Amino acid sequence: MYYSHQTSLCVSSYRMKRVKGDEDACSSSSEGPTESCKKVRKLQPSKEKQQEEEEEETDVDLCEFGFDWALLPQEILLNIFQFLPLLDRAYASQVCRGWNQAFHMPELWRCFEFELNQPASSYLKATHPDLIKQIIKRHSNHLQYVSFKVDSSTESAEAACDILSQLVNCSLKTLGLISTARPSFMELPKSHFISALTVVFVNSKSLSSLKIDDTPVDDPSLKVLVANNSDTLRMLKMSSCPHVSPAGILCVADQCHGLRELALNYHLLSDELLLALSSEKHVHLEHLRIDVVSENPGQHFHTIRKSSWDAMLRHSPKFNLVMYFFLYEDEFGPFFREEVPITHLYFGRSVSKDVLGRVGLHCPRLVELVVCANGLRPLDEELIRIAKRCTQLSAIGLGECEVSCSAFVEFVKMCGRRLSQLSIMEEVLIPDHKYNLDEIHWEVSKHLGRVWFPDMMPTW
Amino acid sequence: MVVNSVHWFRKGLRLHDNPALQEALNSADTVRCVYILDPWFAGSANVGINRWRFLLESLEDLDSSLRKLDSRLFVVRGQPANVFPSLFKEWNVTRLTFEYDSEPYGKERDGAIIKMAEEFGVETIVRNSHTLYNLDRIIEMNNCPPLAVKNHPIVEMNNGSPPLTFKRFQALVNRLELPMKPLPTITQEQMGSCRTKIADNHDEHYSVPSLEELGFKTQGLDPAVWKGGESEALERLNKHLDRKAWVASFERARINMCSLIASPTGLSPYLRFGCLSCRVFYYNLRELYMKLRKNCSPPLSLFGQLLWREFFYAAGTNNPNFDRMEGNPICVQIPWDHNPEALAKWAEGSTGFPWIDAIMTQLRQEGWIHHLARHAVACFLTRGDLWISWESGMRVFEELLLDADWSVNAGSWMWLSCSAFFQQFFHCYCPVGFGRRTDPSGDYIRRYIPKLKDYPNRYIYEPWRAPESVQKAANCIVGVDYPKPMINHAEGSRLNIERMKQVYQQLSHYRGLSLLASVPTIQEEAEPPPTDDSQASSSTCESPPHTSSAQSNTLKRGRSSEPQSTQMCTHTKHQHTSTAKGDQVQQQEQWEEQSEHPPVDLQ
Repeated sequence: MYYSHQTSLCVSSYRMKRVKGDEDACSSSSEGPTESCKKVRKLQPSKEKQQEEEEEETDVDLCEFGFDWALLPQEILLNIFQFLPLLDRAYASQVCRGWNQAFHMPELWRCFEFELNQPASSYLKATHPDLIKQIIKRHSNHLQYVSFKVDSSTESAEAACDILSQLVNCSLKTLGLISTARPSFMELPKSHFISALTVVFVNSKSLSSLKIDDTPVDDPSLKVLVANNSDTLRMLKMSSCPHVSPAGILCVADQCHGLRELALNYHLLSDELLLALSSEKHVHLEHLRIDVVSENPGQHFHTIRKSSWDAMLRHSPKFNLVMYFFLYEDEFGPFFREEVPITHLYFGRSVSKDVLGRVGLHCPRLVELVVCANGLRPLDEELIRIAKRCTQLSAIGLGECEVSCSAFVEFVKMCGRRLSQLSIMEEVLIPDHKYNLDEIHWEVSKHLGRVWFPDMMPTW
Repeated sequence: MVVNSVHWFRKGLRLHDNPALQEALNSADTVRCVYILDPWFAGSANVGINRWRFLLESLEDLDSSLRKLDSRLFVVRGQPANVFPSLFKEWNVTRLTFEYDSEPYGKERDGAIIKMAEEFGVETIVRNSHTLYNLDRIIEMNNCPPLAVKNHPIVEMNNGSPPLTFKRFQALVNRLELPMKPLPTITQEQMGSCRTKIADNHDEHYSVPSLEELGFKTQGLDPAVWKGGESEALERLNKHLDRKAWVASFERARINMCSLIASPTGLSPYLRFGCLSCRVFYYNLRELYMKLRKNCSPPLSLFGQLLWREFFYAAGTNNPNFDRMEGNPICVQIPWDHNPEALAKWAEGSTGFPWIDAIMTQLRQEGWIHHLARHAVACFLTRGDLWISWESGMRVFEELLLDADWSVNAGSWMWLSCSAFFQQFFHCYCPVGFGRRTDPSGDYIRRYIPKLKDYPNRYIYEPWRAPESVQKAANCIVGVDYPKPMINHAEGSRLNIERMKQVYQQLSHYRGLSLLASVPTIQEEAEPPPTDDSQASSSTCESPPHTSSAQSNTLKRGRSSEPQSTQMCTHTKHQHTSTAKGDQVQQQEQWEEQSEHPPVDLQ
């Protein structure tokens, strides 16, 4: 399948040489109109069949009036090609020179997703190595939006780095390194990864979006990024990059004043960073995503001053603060003691009633709340308080928790129709004297103004 | 004309409520009850010793019940396609009866046998009794919109597509008439009128094989926790109903340590092998409910388990790829990891998480685990921690789980791994916390992992957190006597949530920050909510909330901006390597307008 890709590419490169200089589709078609017309005619069904199928008829009519497929303007061809998968484009490129030229139009190669998978470690197919070679050879200067999807094997991460280090004459706007299973970039020798990544940083000079979560990127390589792309960088996602220090990310925030979107782990978050992001020179921040992950049980976490958050909010009043917590219950000490401008809050592990109570007190901007687990006592007062104080709340998800049916109905009633997402596991709702499980679906639906059911799991 | 019947047992290993068997007896001159199995195939098949033992016990029970009616069971060695021609000739068969099998593999096999029987001039009679409802009927209803929505812009009606949410399924079932009433047990008179001579050497040719004959070593085999057979099934049914009557409440019971242990009233393996008729179970429950609740007609929730089984059967009946990810139109394509070592640790119960290991040990030893325990281990293997394909987990269950039906097993695994049926994925069962919630004492773990029995309650779910002195005192050092946890759950679930989000965002083109909104939903079919309080509070058990004439049949996507059909939406835009589809280009243009969003999926 991919072999044919390669052949078509080779064939086409040969043809390209012959028609070199013929920028205009018309001139190339004048060179061999009869040949391409014959090909098209061959594809047409016989006279009898034509009468049966209207669509075919129109094609033939066009042909009889001197229509030539090769005369199809390149812009239209390009438009069509953009809707075709690569393989179909490769087939089409063999039809005639005009189409072959269209196949190589830079517009079709701006965006590419390299999929690097080993048959032993992934269910997914991989981009064929020959295709990769051809892209690097012929289209690397066209690439602008590139992502690498890499499975859990080190070889795949290695292959991604090999490609990266060959992207010397391209100017990427977007680069994403995505681990689809285990984070395999972390298994590479750091120096190897860094040298490949900095090739892109140095050559591109206009990177605007960079997603390098779960990679061994470090402070010096971020410095290279800043030195070459500080004017253009808008988005940086680097959750779980253990080799970056708070100083490293501060350097990015200090100099990339266009940065609007940032994702990182809590240990990189500092008051200085927030102040840098809210300096006058800096554009408004739009999204800040923080992952709070416990590496070893009982870990202590630093606190962020309320004044820093306030400065941030003054500078970017509409910014979204997304926080994911993966902590043991006893590690929440420093969090939610004072007002925090969190908008999206996700508790990936069990969180105590006490902490949820603090959330109700200190998160007035809360939009979405997800609680995966809580203890055995119902969260009634906590939810009611959240409904009362978090007036923006529009989405909530509850997993292993308990809430009495009456308190839940009260909560929904208070939030009303602004609750656009309400995902509650059925086991969460504890029937009480006021509502049983059948009644609660009615009652909640009524307050939401739409049909609602709790989420279910198979009881088999 | 002489009628010589053969009834072919496959599932449905019972004499009560067996319509196909009744057909075999109907004015026949001779009747032979046959079970076909291939002992050479048995050892190599992916079915564990407990399941074989359960089957053989069920066959023994069937044989002994038939003896009481002066008949016998003929266990024929071989493959159906090979043995039937000689049986047809040898016994001069004119009629073949069997229970309808709705699963794609079964339908194909039965189709071939029916054709073969025709060639031999043998009449075949097939009757549905393994499921409550006619599944084709449910699918038909799912695809035919009621008149009320004729002018509605119906998204897309895929003919032959099953309901894909449980709520929708319930709504369809609610419109159906009650399941067929069960038939009585075969009687002595019925059997007597078509008595077949049993040869003296019957046992030599047709006896129920032993586990040894199938190539299993039985030395040191623990006694069965679940004894196979119709007699046992009926006894359990009585106990089950007694308990229900005694509790007199049909509400969801709170799960505790006892729920996790094999119960003498459990029925699922018996329903799987058809030792118990699902219709008998259904009508017994219904009558009991009506007796205790003064003729209230029972809500659908009373039949929870039976309906889940039915739901998955309906979902699988027309989908030969139901048990795999590739080529399965309802299954989300997720880039699972291949990791045989991790899979083996999970399957053997040596993950280092006592809760997971205890469940897997119970499964291997006894062949049954509670549904919450299934959720826990399935989540751990797939989207929760190990990121291994649900197909691998399904195969392990197929080997070990007594009640693993092809459809129910595959369907449950897809459900639990959030691979189908529009599941939110935010909620991962914690391999520590979930167990502790269910059984705070940890006695369940002590029962199945005796090594840990001296650990204090505080540490029994996470022994690696116990100080060395505690580990020493308990005579079990983590890393020496019991494995260290194979994964950091916090880190693993952080990664996996991101991966799931990535997969689902590709499906739905949703790119916002909200986690909950990234799962595409379909609007459940149900009555529009009442507008005033009086209506809402008047809901009694006589009017279950889902029955309504004003039902809308359209499958609406949660967000109107995504006009894809529900089936198509399970496949990612980038499923094919190296494709640059039109919508990707469109996305690119959008991104260029609002430059904060890059054109490749970086969100």
